[in-house]
Formats: sequence, structure tokens, C-alpha cells
Amino acid sequence: MSYCVSTKRMNEILKALQKDYKIYAPVRFEKRGRYSDTDLIRYAEINSIEDVVYDEKSHFSPKEVIYPITQALFYFTEDEYRESKVDDKKILIFARSCDINGFRRLDTIFLKNGGTEDIYYKRLREKVKFILMECKESWDSCFCVSMGSNKTDNYSLAVRFDGDNILVEVKDHEFINLFANEREVEFTPEFVTSNLTKVNIPEIDSQELLEKIYNLDMWESYNSRCISCGACSAVCITCSCFNTLDIIYSENGRVGERRRVQTSCMHEDFTTMAGGWSFRKTAGERMRFRTLHKIYDYKLRFKEEHMCVGCGRCEERCPKLISFSSTINRLYDEVEKLKKGEVSRTREQASSTEEGK
Amino acid sequence: MSENIMLPHPHKIIDIIPETEDVYTFRVETSAKVKHGQFFQVSIPKIGEAPISVSCMGENWVELTIRKVGKLTNEIFNLKPGDKLFMRGPYGNSFPIEEFKGKHLVVIAGGTGVAPVRSFLKYFYENPDEIKSLHFIAGFRDEKNILFREDLKKFKTKFNTIYTLDRDKIEGFEVGLVTEHIKKIPFNSFEDYNVVIVGPHVMMHFAALECLKNGVTEEKIWVSFERRMSCGVGKCGHCKINEVYVCLEGPVFNYTKAKNLLD
Ligand SMILES: Cc1cc2nc3c(=O)[nH]c(=O)nc-3n(C[C@H](O)[C@H](O)[C@H](O)COP(=O)(O)OP(=O)(O)OC[C@H]3O[C@@H](n4cnc5c(N)ncnc54)[C@H](O)[C@@H]3O)c2cc1C
Ligand code: SF4
Ligand code: SF4
Ligand code: FES
Repeated sequence: MSYCVSTKRMNEILKALQKDYKIYAPVRFEKRGRYSDTDLIRYAEINSIEDVVYDEKSHFSPKEVIYPITQALFYFTEDEYRESKVDDKKILIFARSCDINGFRRLDTIFLKNGGTEDIYYKRLREKVKFILMECKESWDSCFCVSMGSNKTDNYSLAVRFDGDNILVEVKDHEFINLFANEREVEFTPEFVTSNLTKVNIPEIDSQELLEKIYNLDMWESYNSRCISCGACSAVCITCSCFNTLDIIYSENGRVGERRRVQTSCMHEDFTTMAGGWSFRKTAGERMRFRTLHKIYDYKLRFKEEHMCVGCGRCEERCPKLISFSSTINRLYDEVEKLKKGEVSRTREQASSTEEGK
Repeated sequence: MSENIMLPHPHKIIDIIPETEDVYTFRVETSAKVKHGQFFQVSIPKIGEAPISVSCMGENWVELTIRKVGKLTNEIFNLKPGDKLFMRGPYGNSFPIEEFKGKHLVVIAGGTGVAPVRSFLKYFYENPDEIKSLHFIAGFRDEKNILFREDLKKFKTKFNTIYTLDRDKIEGFEVGLVTEHIKKIPFNSFEDYNVVIVGPHVMMHFAALECLKNGVTEEKIWVSFERRMSCGVGKCGHCKINEVYVCLEGPVFNYTKAKNLLD
């Protein structure tokens, strides 16, 4: 069933929902953006429907709602661990198709990988229902269609912002009564079916090819360009890696907490071990790892889908303007060349010319 | 609510055995069933957590042999018998001991890499009839860094042992890296055998190549990987190589798989 709801009435409905739900949506933080006089749009709890920024892409993804940047796992005293607690309230998230599909990737890691469930993720995840925000059109950097994440039917409500009115499709019976007095309309959300940006995913079908890909000198070009800041992962709906960290409260050295903090495979110390040995030492090697994880080995492991959902946030957030879609396409071209047996410069060749200089 | 896989439990330290200046073995009370080659996530509240291999196991205890290298391990070295160590696990796969039985076994270990193989070496020391022969090459940097001196002496009585130090020349030890001694293993006289290689990354790499040069086939080689880990259960992403999570599918890998894992 679908309805046409005025902004005023929608706010009353949100108020009613807030008794049981915390409601999150992309929200504008004025002048908090990357450059002076720019705003930051990120997920936060909303109080009215006017808070929702629906006509711009959010800079950060909604993953933080259930996978916070930093999160207490336990509190401890001298000899006891106590699990941290969460709010009893349920959670509603205004999200776009790509992000809703992105949550499925997080589910795979946190709830399925290794056959165990992460309770910190699960206890918030099972409270979540989605309000799909229709995308009127796609933004420049989006490539959701190439990644097959432009559509979803995993939502309870779907909304289209239409001047002073909001069109709402109600799929979930839990919410039907809230809309009982509204004007019924024909509305089902539409999905974008083409993006300006398109990617070709290379088909990597043998170990020999993979080894050649590892040695491509395209990765070296990121050594000087990428500054290993990890901003691309911070904004990615599908990046899930974390460090654990113990903290002592300074007022009382006897109690403290174990936290987990999001991290990135792009950080220099991500693989550093005792003795200082690390496995991916250069920015290029880390770029290769991230790229292949997003469009090759995640799918190899879990079969269903690639990890990247093509939201394009990583390239918009990158301080060095590194475009992930271009990286994928560049890799595709290199792989095509390799498949045709054309010679491509490898790492060894690149370094021997360096030495030859 | 499902069980919290991140929740560590206190375990009593029964005994502490210094091996070298900066490597101690901690015997810890536990009823956990552990397989040879598995590890625990070991922690001290307010300090931190790290993966540590089981170096020996008994009826109601395990031994952890720990090198003092940083935040957590420094703190562990301040603990006394009777104190509590927090642990969760055991995690990871294990050495295929059943497959080793009835065959020749060659174990090549370097430095702290001796710790994860020690438990099954002890098993075959107690049960020598279960194996055709056991060749054990152990390498240490220098005299100061020799681990498990008592065990090394005992192993000598039942296994074919080659102990070596990188530089120092002392009684009972050869000189040179473990790789230099691999050619002494009579691989061509074995009809059926397995090879286990554990140690620093570079050592495993060259030891495996040396074995292959001596006619060993890839399927017979087993290695154990070390990676930075924060969770041990496939969530934090640190240990991932290609599509493989070392904490889940490892740390023990057959060389046919290990050689294809590209970092
Ligand atoms: C499966 C497995 C089994 C293991 N078994 C054993 C074992 O049996 N015995 C044993 O002693 N160890 C073992 N380890 C290694 C052990 O987990 C590490 O030594 C661990 O890091 C020690 O923790 P820590 O907090 O004391 O050291 P940390 O404080 O983490 O520091 C350790 C060292 O890592 C380096 N390092 C850490 N973080 C950084 C950074 N951000 N930048 C640069 N360098 C950094 C430094 O060189 C530092 O000295 C094992 C590891 C794995 C994966
Ligand atoms: S486009 Fe970038 S930020 Fe978006 S899902 Fe893919 S890798 Fe993550
Ligand atoms: S955001 Fe850009 S510069 Fe920063 S780690 Fe990612 S690719 Fe490198
Ligand atoms: S240690 Fe966390 S994923 Fe393996």
C-alpha cells in the first residue's frame, strides 16, 4: 500500500515511531565539511523529516549506525569483564539501495564468516528496519548498476520526496496503521538503471593470471599518489576491518574498557607484526589488496556477489582524487591485455628500468 | 543471546618457566580441548590481546611460550604463578597429526617457530611407535636464544636431530641456517613422509624451496603462517590473504595452498 503524506503529517508519524525507534538519516552538519564553507552530510538521528538530506549524496555511509567507528566491547575491573550494553530501542534507517545492499556484505562478514556471529554487530543489526530512499537520478561517481546493487526489495517503507509531500510505500505490516488515514496513491519506488560511471569487472580465472596481476606496474603508480590515509575505507559501506584497543580510564587505573575501532587495510601498519615485519609495505600493494578484495576475492570466497556496491564515496572522499571506478577499469584493461598475451610492464621491469637510470 | 565470541575468560597461571631472557613458557590451567598447532587469543584487561600458539598441552593445562616484544607481552612477563591470564579459543586449524602417523616426519623449525611444533613433537616423543622416523632440524640465532633446552636433549634420544645456531659454535650445535642442513635429510630413502616447516616468513620460504630442490613434493609440505590478528575469528580482516583468513583456514597450510597465497 502506498500513500501521499504531507510533511507536517509525516513529522507526526515520525514522532509516533520515535516511541519505539531511533530514526537515522543523512543529516547536514553545516560548515563541518572538508573545505571551508562546505557542509558535511553524514548519518545521525533525526527529529523531523526536514532533517533528511535526500537530494545530495551522504559523505559517510550508514554503517556507523550499527558498526560504530569506535565501540566499547567490555568494561573491566581487576578480574572481571562485563559486556557493554545497547539501547532497547529499535532502529529505522533511511537508506539508498546501494547501502541496503552494502549491509548484506557486512552481515556476511560479521554474522557468517567463520561460522560465528559477532554479537556486537548482531544485537544492533537485528533491530534494524530500512526506509528506502528513492534515487531520482544517480550522481557522477555512482556505479551501482555495474555492481548490481541499484535495486533492492529489502525495506519496510520506501519514500519519494515530492515537494511538500512525501510518497510512502508501506511494505511492512507493522507500520500500516500509522498510515490508515492517509490518501492512498499509486507509488512504488523506481531505481536508477544507468549511471554515468560504468565499470568492467575483470574476470580472473586462474592463479597464473592472478600472479601476473600482482606484478602489474599499475599498482606502483599509487605509491607516490596514495597517502595511505584510509579515508576510502572510512566512508565505504562495505569496509568492516577493525583493531581492538584497551583503554584505562585515567581517573581510576583499576577499571577500563576494551574497544574496537574501525581501521583500514590502506594504513601502513595494518599488517605489521612483532619485529616490525609487514606484508604489504607500499601504498601500491595495499591498493592492490583493497581493489582485489572489493571486486575479486570476496566473491571468490562467498560466491554471491562482489563486495563493492559502487556507491562511489571512496573516490569522492579521497584527498588525492584517486578514483576507484577508474582503478577497476584500468585493471580490466590490463587484464584484457594479459589475456591477449600482450606485454604489459611488470613490477620487475619497472624496477629494472629504475635501476638502469 | 548467542555466545559472545569476543569474550575472554580468566585462566590461572600454574607455572612460569624462563626459556631465555625474553622468552618464557607459561603453564595455564584450562580444560579446553586443543589440537596441535592451534592458538589462543590471550589478553590482560586494560592492556591488550594477541594470538599465542599452544606449545604443549596436558590433562588440565596448556603451555604458551611467549616472546616479550610489546605492550601485552611485556605485561604478561610481570605476572606470577597464581595470577590470571585471560584467554579465548582455541582457534585455527591444526597440523594433520593423523596423516603423519605411520610415515616419516621431517620437522624444520626456526626460533619461536619451535613453539607451535613442540606439542606434537612431544606427542611423538611419548608415542614413538606411531611414526616411522622423525627428523627434527631446529635453528636459533645464537646461544642466548636457544629454547626448550630440556626438550631438545630429550628429543635427541629418540629423533634424528640437527640443532643449529646462525653464528655461534657450541657443543651439540651445528653452525648455519636451517636451510643449509636440509640436504642431510635422506628424502630419497623415504617411501612415505611429511615435512613441517615453521619459523619466520623468510625462513619458511627458503626452507620450502630447499626441500623442493631435494626432491620433496609440494603436497607433503606443511607450514604455519603468522599474521597480525585482532579477532582470531574471521571478523577484523587483519589476517586475510587473498580469499583466505589465516585465523580460520590456517594457521597451518599445505604448501600447495600456501605457495598460492599472495600478500
Ligand atoms: C597464529 C599466531 C601464533 C603466535 N604464536 C606466538 C607464540 O607462540 N609466542 C609468541 O611469543 N608470539 C606468538 N605470536 C606473535 C604474537 O601474537 C605477537 O608477538 C604479538 O604482537 C605480541 O603482542 P604485544 O601486544 O606484546 O606486542 P605489540 O605491542 O603488538 O608489538 C609487537 C611488535 O609488533 C610491532 N608493531 C606492533 N604494532 C606496530 C605498529 N603500529 N607499527 C609498527 N610496528 C608495530 C613492533 O615491532 C612491536 O615490537 C603468534 C602470532 C600468531 C598470528
Ligand atoms: S564505491 Fe568505494 S566506498 Fe563505495 S562500496 Fe565500492 S569501494 Fe566502498
Ligand atoms: S582515500 Fe585515497 S589517499 Fe587515502 S588511502 Fe584511500 S586511496 Fe589512498
Ligand atoms: S584475526 Fe581477525 S579476521 Fe583473522
